[in-house]
Amino acid sequence: MSTDNQPTAADETEGELEPEAEIDPAELQALRERVDELEESVAESDAADDGKKMTIVATQGTFDMAYPPLILGSTAAAFGWDVVVFHTFWGLDILHEENSKNLKLSAVGNPNMPVPNAIAAIPGMDRMATRMMEKRIDENGTATIEELIELSLESGVDLQACQMTIELMDYDEENFYDGVTTGVGAATALQHMAESDIQLLV
Amino acid sequence: MSSEYDTTETLDVKGQSCPMPIVKTKQAIDDLEAGDVLEVVATDSGSMSDIQGWADGTSGVELLDQVEGDDLYTHYVKKSD
Repeated sequence: MSTDNQPTAADETEGELEPEAEIDPAELQALRERVDELEESVAESDAADDGKKMTIVATQGTFDMAYPPLILGSTAAAFGWDVVVFHTFWGLDILHEENSKNLKLSAVGNPNMPVPNAIAAIPGMDRMATRMMEKRIDENGTATIEELIELSLESGVDLQACQMTIELMDYDEENFYDGVTTGVGAATALQHMAESDIQLLV
Repeated sequence: MSSEYDTTETLDVKGQSCPMPIVKTKQAIDDLEAGDVLEVVATDSGSMSDIQGWADGTSGVELLDQVEGDDLYTHYVKKSD
C-alpha cells in the first residue's frame, strides 16, 4: 500500500515546490543577513563559554585546611575563571576577620606530627604546632591566610558565607571581611556547582 | 640571551611561593597594554611549570621564554590582546 502512495506523494511535493523555486532576492538577502547574525551570536557564546567555572566548598577551619581553597581559588581567578568558594561550618572561620587570624593546626590525630597523640593532647600543643608552622610559612615566603583572602577578594573570587552557619555560630555579618558574600545557602552553592567545570569539597 | 626581549616592566616575586608568582603576574599583566612584555623574576622553582600552565590556559597572554639560572627563574610573558 505504501509503495503505491509514495510516487504520488513525491510528485505532489515536487509540484508544490516548483512554483516557489524563484526566490525573492530581497527575501534571500534577509535570510543571508539572518545567517550572518546567528553565526556571530554563536561565535560570541563560544567565546563566553571559554571561561571556566569552579566551585569549592570549604568546610574545615583548621590552619592547614584553610590554605587549599584559598590557593586554588586565587589561582583560578588568575586564569580568569569564575570562582565561588562556599564556606560552611568550620570553614566559616576562614572568612571571620578575627577568627581567621587564630586558626589552629591540630596536633592530636595528626599523623604528620612528630609527637605521639598522648603528648599532642597536652594543653598548648596545638598552639605550639601552629606557631611552628607559621614560622615555616614565613621563612618559605608562603602567603598568610589574611593575604590570600584579600588577594582572592581583589581578584574577584566570590567568597560566600553560608547563612545557616552564620546563624548557627551566632556570628554577625560585620564579623566577616569586607567583600564576603552573605545571605546565601545550599541552593546558591548548588546552582553554581551545576554550572561549574570543577567542583571541590575541602 | 633572553634579556634581549624588549621588556616593558619587571615583576619581582623573589622569595614568594605558590600561588603568589601566578597571581602577581596576572595582576601585572592586567595593568599592561597589548604587545607589552612582562619580565617575572622568581625564586620559586614551581613557577617554571606554573607560569607555563597559567599562560597556556589563559587567553590574551603568550609565554615567550623561561630562563633557569642560579636559583632564579625568569619568565617573559607577552600580553597579546
